[in-house]
Amino acid sequence: MSEAALPDAAVAPADTGLLSIARVGARGVITRVSAFDGALPAEELERRLLELGFVEGARIEVLEEGLFGRDPIAVKLDDMRVAIRRREAAAILMSYDSRADA
Amino acid sequence: MTDSSLAPTHLALVGNPNTGKTALFNALTGSRQKVANYAGVTVERKEGVLTSPSGRVIHVVDLPGTYSLRARSPDEAVTRDAVLGRLAGETPPDVIVCVADATNLRLVLRLALELKQVGRPFVLALNMFDIAQRQGLRIDLEGLSREIGAPIVTTVATRKRGIEDLVVQAEALAGSMPAGENVWHEPSAEEIRHAHSEAQRIMRACVRAPERPDTLTSRIDHVLLQPVAGLVILSAIMFVIFQAVFSWATPVADLIDAGFVLLGDLVGRVVTHDLLRSLLVDGLIAGVGSVLVFLPQIIIVFFFILLLEDSGYMARAAFLLDRLMGVAGLHGRAFIPLLSSHACAIPGIMSARVIDQKHDRLTTILIAPLMTCSARLPVYTLIISALIPNRTVWGFINLQGLVMFGLYGAGLVSGLVVAFIIRRVFWRTASEPFLMELPTYKAPEVRNVLLNLWQRVVIFLNRAGRIILPLMILVWALSTFPYPPEGATGPAIDYSFAGMIGHFIQPLLAPIGFNWQMSIALIPGMAAREVAVATLGTIYAVGDVDGAGGAVLTQIVASQWSLATGLSFLAWYVFAPQCVATLGVVKRETNGWTWPTVMFVYMFALAYLAALATYRGALALGWG
Ligand SMILES: Nc1nc2c(ncn2[C@@H]2O[C@H](COP(=O)(O)OP(=O)(O)OP(=O)(O)O)[C@@H](O)[C@H]2O)c(=O)[nH]1
Ligand SMILES: [Mg+2]
Repeated sequence: MSEAALPDAAVAPADTGLLSIARVGARGVITRVSAFDGALPAEELERRLLELGFVEGARIEVLEEGLFGRDPIAVKLDDMRVAIRRREAAAILMSYDSRADA
Repeated sequence: MTDSSLAPTHLALVGNPNTGKTALFNALTGSRQKVANYAGVTVERKEGVLTSPSGRVIHVVDLPGTYSLRARSPDEAVTRDAVLGRLAGETPPDVIVCVADATNLRLVLRLALELKQVGRPFVLALNMFDIAQRQGLRIDLEGLSREIGAPIVTTVATRKRGIEDLVVQAEALAGSMPAGENVWHEPSAEEIRHAHSEAQRIMRACVRAPERPDTLTSRIDHVLLQPVAGLVILSAIMFVIFQAVFSWATPVADLIDAGFVLLGDLVGRVVTHDLLRSLLVDGLIAGVGSVLVFLPQIIIVFFFILLLEDSGYMARAAFLLDRLMGVAGLHGRAFIPLLSSHACAIPGIMSARVIDQKHDRLTTILIAPLMTCSARLPVYTLIISALIPNRTVWGFINLQGLVMFGLYGAGLVSGLVVAFIIRRVFWRTASEPFLMELPTYKAPEVRNVLLNLWQRVVIFLNRAGRIILPLMILVWALSTFPYPPEGATGPAIDYSFAGMIGHFIQPLLAPIGFNWQMSIALIPGMAAREVAVATLGTIYAVGDVDGAGGAVLTQIVASQWSLATGLSFLAWYVFAPQCVATLGVVKRETNGWTWPTVMFVYMFALAYLAALATYRGALALGWG
């Protein structure tokens, strides 16, 4: 889906991956936040994600996922819990310390 | 000691959503603004006043929560404008109180760095300090205060702890620090990142991770947010609520009902003047009484909604339903305004302010009045208890409760269908992203819940006294005068104004099975839906010549209406735009008459069509 919008997603190191395809239990650190044009202009989405705490270096863990299309997901982001759709989660690259079932 | 020469000071409460700003505002000023455990409770500025121990008058404004001064939705714009002093005709705050959830400091520290640029002195209130202590969170208050360059107080807003200290600190700042230069500008992504790393550095220096972090929320979520089980639990909760509305309330409602019959009887005996007796018994007791009977039900609805709001479950329900709502073209956050609308559409419509994309927000506003608000309960209950048999189906479900649940479902489903049509046909723009904080679960505050319920009772009684009572006197007069001419053969009420008007409009409503009494009840019913029930109460009481007065409306309806007529009336009320106050709020929230007009027309058309289809269908089934 929106992964194509991120040109260098394919060259990311093997132990990193987009939050949009992470499974429940995946845990790690955010390594890059770079949005793409969608319902919001890329630049605006990026700032919103940053303001909500999705920022490079933040610890992240996928806690739960929805029933339909495993969407949205609930993540633990440092000390808070946030719900986000997988579409927007494609703006977030994380490096795993444990990948759950991957 | 009171010194009236002290200049008044203005404080503004600013902070991330759900950090306890309103709880703090209430503790400071003794107000009773709404506090609940989800982001986006406060959507407008509220002002209050207190007098400090030194005698200074302090004005406090409570503001909607925000992650940034870069406002994105209408509620956040309020906060930005208040902080920057951009609101016309309003004093900018002398001191900003930045309210933080002590257990989640990183985001608020970044906001504090933004606030610093505004140049006004500020004090950081570390709220929810009770939770921080319980978790064994260690915060170096002095170090933190030095790093951010502002005094810090720790508070527990819900227990009114730390309030005096906060006032003292704020007052000291107001006296000593002049406002600096405002150098705030919308931060770019890079500036936000930079502020984050600064906040992170401060965190590392001053805050040690909690010794006993909260694991309860994760464990509860692991059950409540299970993909399938979560939805099942959510449906079960809704089902229990709407069953309870019917089954729990009935004994109390019957008691109140019996009380009014007794009262009518008594007054009927004591008052000998015919006209006065008719006014009291038929106009007031039968009319107003028929609405007051529904107080227990309304309390039950509010009770459950308060529990959901205070526990932290609301955001979870929004999470579970996000995709389903998305199919209807609604934003996941729309769930919260829509659930609030089950109490009353007015706060529901206002809380749509947290949705920033205009079309998302308007769609939510347009369908909010389709949710079954508590004012519909009197109408629904009247018809259900009169015409639906009270028996148990499938072993454990009360049939009357089931019909009530069905009516709630009908409102919800038709709202989703309307939203679907709006978003697929008229506004095909993409929805804004769904990004929502899931708050930590809290046990609902008993005091908060009771206080809120009490407020609802007062509002309800107030309405009964201020709207329903005068209207009922009017309806009584219209249905009593003029007297029938000499030698008239029909019932007296047929010759009254109400009779004439009712008979005049009834042909329009005959296709949907309404009799003349129902037709006329729709008119005062515009003021509020439950007034229709009161009107029926009065009209039937006046018309009921042999009855000693005080005959119970339910019995009259049961004996005089066909099932088809009753169902048609229910269908009408699922859609009818019968609430002037709601239309007024829509006008205010959308700045014009366009949307209230659209709402009125579409709901009216749907009401008529639904009633028509129901009536004809019921006749076909032989329920005439
Ligand atoms: N334990 C504890 N709970 C608190 C405290 N202050 C507030 N709360 C709870 O936190 C929740 C949020 O409080 P509110 O006052 O509504 O928060 P707010 O900052 O006004 O939220 P918004 O208006 O949505 O921005 C409620 O459930 C309160 O009961 C506190 O000091 N201790
Ligand atoms: Mg608030």
